[in-house]
Amino acid sequence: MEWALALAAVLAVVAVVFVARPFLRDPAPASDRLDELAPEARRRLALAEERDRALAALKELEFDHRTGKVSDADYRAQVGPLRRRAAEVLRALERGEGTTHERITAPEERAGR
Amino acid sequence: MAQLGRAALLIAFGLVAYALIAGSYAAWKRRRRLALSAQNALLAAFPATLVAAVILIVALGRRDMTFVYVWQHTSHELPLGYALSAFWGGQEGSLLLWLLVLTGYAGLAVWLNRRSRELMAWVVPVFALIAGFFTFMLCFVSSPFNLQPAPVDGNGMVPSLQNPYMLAHPPLLYLGYVGLAVPFAFAMGALLSGRTDERWIVATRRWTLAAWTFLGVGQLIGAHWAYVEIGWGGYYAWDPVENAALMPWLAATAFLHSVMIQEKRGMLKVWNMVLVALAFNLSLFGTFLTRSGVIDSIHSFSKSSIGGWFLGFLVFMVVFSVALIYWRLPLLRTKTKLESLVSREATFLYNNLLLVALALTILWGVLYPILSEAVRGQTRSVSKPYYDFFLHTFGLPLLLLMGIGPLVAWRRASLRSLGKTFLIPFAVAVVTGVTLLALGFGSSWPGLLAYTFSAFVAASIVLEFVRGRKAAGSLTRLISRNRRRYGGYIVHAAVVLLAIGIAGSSAYQTVRERVLRPGQSIEAAGYTLAYRGSTTISGPNYTGFRAQLTASGHGERFNLDPGMNHYTIEGPANEASIYHDPRSLGDVFTTAQVVNARTGTIDLKVYVKPLINLIWIAGFVFVGGALIAMWPDAVEQRRLAARYAAGAVPAGL
Repeated sequence: MEWALALAAVLAVVAVVFVARPFLRDPAPASDRLDELAPEARRRLALAEERDRALAALKELEFDHRTGKVSDADYRAQVGPLRRRAAEVLRALERGEGTTHERITAPEERAGR
Repeated sequence: MAQLGRAALLIAFGLVAYALIAGSYAAWKRRRRLALSAQNALLAAFPATLVAAVILIVALGRRDMTFVYVWQHTSHELPLGYALSAFWGGQEGSLLLWLLVLTGYAGLAVWLNRRSRELMAWVVPVFALIAGFFTFMLCFVSSPFNLQPAPVDGNGMVPSLQNPYMLAHPPLLYLGYVGLAVPFAFAMGALLSGRTDERWIVATRRWTLAAWTFLGVGQLIGAHWAYVEIGWGGYYAWDPVENAALMPWLAATAFLHSVMIQEKRGMLKVWNMVLVALAFNLSLFGTFLTRSGVIDSIHSFSKSSIGGWFLGFLVFMVVFSVALIYWRLPLLRTKTKLESLVSREATFLYNNLLLVALALTILWGVLYPILSEAVRGQTRSVSKPYYDFFLHTFGLPLLLLMGIGPLVAWRRASLRSLGKTFLIPFAVAVVTGVTLLALGFGSSWPGLLAYTFSAFVAASIVLEFVRGRKAAGSLTRLISRNRRRYGGYIVHAAVVLLAIGIAGSSAYQTVRERVLRPGQSIEAAGYTLAYRGSTTISGPNYTGFRAQLTASGHGERFNLDPGMNHYTIEGPANEASIYHDPRSLGDVFTTAQVVNARTGTIDLKVYVKPLINLIWIAGFVFVGGALIAMWPDAVEQRRLAARYAAGAVPAGL
């Protein structure tokens, strides 16, 4: 009974210390703001996903063409628009190069404080 | 010891309550340290739950009858393995297993994605909400640590549960049920945080596949247990609790297909959220059915007091998920449209509609007796013909679509290319169907269609591999570069084996029953079974009889010994005897009951079930395919890591 209570108390203390760890390790942080993506970074992430989709679609089309699933005529009809779409997305990403995966943290940090 | 178990559960409850409240506040107010602290609380809930679980396992192993739970589900004579399996044999233990798996999964998923703080800030409270319910139930409603003055012996375990399959079937189902909490928590976290991009899908893709695999294998093992242990000659009885595992599996199957459309075309974001919520809520519903005692079945061994709580939580979770999806509709709408009704994504959509329709008709079949009792005061249940009708109506087109889908290109396909790609599978299907019809298989149209469609799907899978190998250069390169696709095809091959096994063993089975005296015989589907007499047997906690049969037919000669066991505490149980024919992959399944012990007269029932072993073989193929699909792809991992380079989702599980 007593040993059980003692073990339970140890378990509780260890749990509390572990839960409090972020505050114990960093009692006075420069910023306590949770990371979040700015709207611009979100837009770029959406573009990155679109780029991957377009490139994967091209790869898939090539493969389906080689395996005979897509006829020559269908391939010619589809490959152009897909390439144009991929190029558009890549250009859009390049225009904003350097901030593609911009990670915005605290507003204070963004302001250089 | 029980006090420590109770204290550990209380600590776990405190931790998840903190993770829920502090985590929600931190995510709402954007507090970094508080969010990390809540995350740590969720991580710490697993070891606390583990302590409670270990204590219950030790008590079961020691047959400590001062624990009410141990007394209810074991006896001193019960072998150790089965005594330990009582951990999930009763209500309180299975709730504890749910919590243990949930906190383990949650801890691992959160840890692997810890750098993705924006998303995780909301995922943590969702996990904590689910875990909070289970810890509350275990602490205040249904504790496994209630004590009593030790009685002489326990109630023992239901005989049919004393089977090696029961050591694996329930834990696998729980790994599946609870595993669906991971995509659910991430999906709801994505909605709450407004991060409706693909990050949550990338983070949970393998979790969903793993949960789906566990659920599928768990059901197959359960079916095999029912087949060898229950002794009614079948493996699936549309029992509500069996259905309870099938429904989330069907919803998860739909999700695994439709999520590919989101990844490849950026479409169906709302639909995918609905499917994730449906799959998880159906898994909660499954646990509710199993544990609330709301429906009597072979699985619902215990009546309980948790039904109202469970129902309340289930309703809350349904409202919670629907409200969140509705709230975030503007973020989930996409501009991409379906380009053609003849395309890969369109076939996936048809497959989704059929899977969801099948899941919902099964749900209606499960709910109907409860609703009829609530409304009319009389329990009226739907039976096998209802389920069979919808299985044929939705299942057979699904089987056919499984062959059509892979042959159709993404975006759109012309009739000319379709004609070219479908020629061989179509020819194989026609030849198979006509040949089977000529051989007399037209006695069952669903059976004939299942065989014919299976031939079509099998041919399309083989064709995909042959053409793919030719294009890629080698089979290894083909599979390693497209693991999900070709792993998926292997899973499709498993479903083909399953369909053939089910059709053969149900549509074309032979059943014979006769009362026999020693020296008499019975014939069934070309087999002759001669009854020689019976013997008595005894085991560690039972005595029984076995009928001695000599069987011959189809060039085989073998012995069978069906009978019954009478367990000291738990009572009688059927013991079927089965001959597996390695050449035809079918079984001769027998059960026997004593009619007159003095004269040795028995009632013998014989089932000849063609191709039934394909069902169990399908299980191995299914696992193989799922493992290939789940296996990490280094190239893809790097691509995704680059995409989410800031606040990234590690491309782990």
